[in-house]
Amino acid sequence: MFRYLVRRLLQMVLTFFGATFVVYALMFANQTDPIQALVGERPITASQRAALTERYHLDDSFPQQYWYYMKGLLTGDFGTSLTGRSIRDMLADAWPLTMRLAGMAIVIAALIAVTAGVVSALRRGGAFDNVTLVATLVLLSLPIVVLAPIAQLVFGIQLGWFAPTAGKNATFTQLLLPAFVLASTVVAAELRVTRASVAENLRADYVRTARAKGLSRARVIGVHVLRNSLIPVITLIGVDIGGLMSGAIVTEKVFNIPGVGFNLFRGIHTEDGPLVVGFVSVLIIVFLVVNLVVDLLYAVLDPRIRYE
Amino acid sequence: MTDVTDIRAEIDVLPGLDPRAPLLDVDDLHVEFRTRDGVAKAVNGASFRLAAGETLAILGESGCGKSVTAQAIMGILDTPPGYVTGGQVRYRGVDLLKTPEKQRRKVRANRIAMIFQDALSALNPVYSVGFQLGELFRKHRGTSRHEAKRRSVELLDQVKIPDARSRVDDYPHQFSGGMRQRVMIAMALALDPEVLIADEPTTALDVTVQAQIMGLLAELQHQRNMGLILITHDMGVVADVADRISVMYAGKVVEEAPVYDIYGRPAHPYTKALLESIPRLDMKGRQLNVIRGLPPALTDIPAGCAFNPRCGYARDVCRQDPPPPAYQIAPHRFARCHFVREVLGV
Amino acid sequence: MSDFNLVTSVEAPGGVPTEPRRPDRSGKPRSLAGDAWLDLRRNKIFWVSAVLVAVVLLMAAWPSLFTSADPRQCALSRAHRGAGGSAFFGYDFQGCDVYARTIYGARNSIVVGVFATALAGVIGLIVGLAAGYYGRWLDAILSRFVDIMLGIPFLLGAIVLARRLSGPHDTGVVAVTVTLGVLGWTTGARVMRSAVIASKNQDYVAAARMLGAGPVRLMVRHILPNSIASFIVVLTILLGINIASEATLSYLGVGLKGDAISWGIAISDAGPYVRTNPGPLVWPSVFLGVTVLAFIMLGDAVRDAFDPKLR
Repeated sequence: MFRYLVRRLLQMVLTFFGATFVVYALMFANQTDPIQALVGERPITASQRAALTERYHLDDSFPQQYWYYMKGLLTGDFGTSLTGRSIRDMLADAWPLTMRLAGMAIVIAALIAVTAGVVSALRRGGAFDNVTLVATLVLLSLPIVVLAPIAQLVFGIQLGWFAPTAGKNATFTQLLLPAFVLASTVVAAELRVTRASVAENLRADYVRTARAKGLSRARVIGVHVLRNSLIPVITLIGVDIGGLMSGAIVTEKVFNIPGVGFNLFRGIHTEDGPLVVGFVSVLIIVFLVVNLVVDLLYAVLDPRIRYE
Repeated sequence: MTDVTDIRAEIDVLPGLDPRAPLLDVDDLHVEFRTRDGVAKAVNGASFRLAAGETLAILGESGCGKSVTAQAIMGILDTPPGYVTGGQVRYRGVDLLKTPEKQRRKVRANRIAMIFQDALSALNPVYSVGFQLGELFRKHRGTSRHEAKRRSVELLDQVKIPDARSRVDDYPHQFSGGMRQRVMIAMALALDPEVLIADEPTTALDVTVQAQIMGLLAELQHQRNMGLILITHDMGVVADVADRISVMYAGKVVEEAPVYDIYGRPAHPYTKALLESIPRLDMKGRQLNVIRGLPPALTDIPAGCAFNPRCGYARDVCRQDPPPPAYQIAPHRFARCHFVREVLGV
Repeated sequence: MSDFNLVTSVEAPGGVPTEPRRPDRSGKPRSLAGDAWLDLRRNKIFWVSAVLVAVVLLMAAWPSLFTSADPRQCALSRAHRGAGGSAFFGYDFQGCDVYARTIYGARNSIVVGVFATALAGVIGLIVGLAAGYYGRWLDAILSRFVDIMLGIPFLLGAIVLARRLSGPHDTGVVAVTVTLGVLGWTTGARVMRSAVIASKNQDYVAAARMLGAGPVRLMVRHILPNSIASFIVVLTILLGINIASEATLSYLGVGLKGDAISWGIAISDAGPYVRTNPGPLVWPSVFLGVTVLAFIMLGDAVRDAFDPKLR
């Protein structure tokens, strides 16, 4: 178990450095005029140029630049956005909002996916099952650029059931519609995995043994089948958390929620290079950490993995 | 061994049980599976009896219906697609097939228990062995968690698992094949059942381990005076342990006899062919005997005697319905063949 | 989007060689592909999605079949006007014919989707084959590389890469295509790799090797045909995903730009005016949704037909 942990940590570190290097390289490598690329298409003065050159070590070789950047990142210095604000402060403002949104979305998605998935598996081939299969297929396919604006239009504006936008201090109810939209991006796959897992476990040999032990159907399903079936689902939910936080870009833009995604999007539009790289690096870290936690969770849930 | 009598006295599992009636009496059982490709007749009139302390071996090839019979007795058939369409399963006089499920559940593990072939897949991989054993005590007897664990350790001791106290918290995959099978046996015997059905308990094990497990089963059975139904396709395993043998083919018992009689003088062509197909040292250099052909698809069982396409003794009457009845050969022997005399060689 | 989860749940039937199946009416044994086609033919979903895909492809190839209007001929005087004449969907905030723009938008979506998927397919095929066949250190390196690529959340990586690749005067088509291709090959590679590993250990490969077949011949003639089925399924679904991704990137302003016509751009442009004029939002959304749905349904149907476990 310990060895597995160490191996995973090493893998994570390697992936982190690899991924951030790729992002950094994409933003800054081999440019004819790196400073111009940094600021996008805005014109800048000579003194600004000199300052930027110094700050970003642009006179040094590329690997050295990356090294300085990494050093900064690891000591918590995310740099300064071209708007002048400290990126760290911007993150501190934006992060809680995104976390709330993603948190709500994950809970909604998990509740729907697990309940509907279990019911579908128990009554495979029935009406409920067929309806959910079709619904998940449609949901799976519709991209968020379609779902979010249409949901906002129909439920927020035309029907007026929900608030069409949420602001900086969005309340729980204001976040409901965006949370549902965000949840819809992951609920379909989670439901299908739950359904497949439960269906497979219902046919397992240990179910026969449990019935031969005279246990009630409720216990056989609720204790024996569920515990086995939920392992892949829970790990999928964990992975989805990481994905949701980065995928919230479109949702936050549509519903005007100034979270991490929204700021990132604005940074792209104003061509704020440092901000983009800074935010993306943080998102990568979060993504990787969440994946690591999910892997460890898998070991906790499934004793067979624990003793490798 | 602790508390045998008081455990049994504790519960009145089923009303109407008659202690003088035969322990288990299966009478003309019929089971079919309704599938997309047709109706598979898995069991077509299986009948046998079991007395306390007795070991009955059900012998037959894969697909002959022996496991399905066992599952029907336990009431754990997959329905759908499996349906019991006829016959009776009498436990001490009470027909289990007509007993409501809620009461039937109480009989399972309490009075009639079952162990399965592959212990690794038959045990739940995510719960400890102690949990799975303790469950029986907690759900059937209402014992506390602590007491259940104590009894679980005791059980593991009885099946001779070393270091039971620490192994009780281990998971199934941490045991070797033989040890796992012992755990399954412990689970089956936890509530002191009167009948134990063992469905191919040693097929997945090495030969040496096989002998150990069979020895353990025999010892435990003797201690508790249980009835044991041993389901297998391995004639060698059966010879040491069984008192009587029922040979099944295509869902029917084609011959039933005490063990020495079957090995010495089989009365049914199928039994005879099975015995002759066992390789022996003195056959060295000669071609092995095989039973030509294949067992019939259960959706398409031949008319008359199901064995007739492969039988050396078959004549016209064998190919027509009705199938051969059970001809009584001796007080405890019968065989379903029109030509038992010929087969016996009298 | 959760689409990658769907994709990664695809099983690789892998090393099952094309064995003789139940013979058909002519008495010849059928191959796995033949069996799959028969299953597909009976599947209603397959036909529905195939028809939809065909219509969209037609729209992309010959938009003039569907509309005679010019999508770029916009007049501000017509801004936000309702449906009239051949402009079935009305006019958008610039006075462009929404119907025409929607029809013409199919072309970019299909072009980007197809080429991005082709690129991803080629890279994935090579990487997956190499990693699976040669194994050991090559596999280790390639797998670590895949890990790194998967460490970058898709949308973020796409935004950064697309922005980097497109110059200020591009329409962005090449940039987006390359971006999606370069970021999308990982799932295909993984599926290919496991299928190759499963095939590699089969007896028929060992037999061929003993008869003197070199690695390339082994890979192309023996291993590839048996591993290709699940890979093709991944590609079909990836096509749907790429179409959706292009729209997303265009919506965010990092995809197609300039005067390129794209459903994503249309949806984005329609945003501020949606209260009074929902048409320009709704129609491209519907077309986009149905197109992606059609491709994914197609991929689903193909996968179900090839899945040995469902037999």
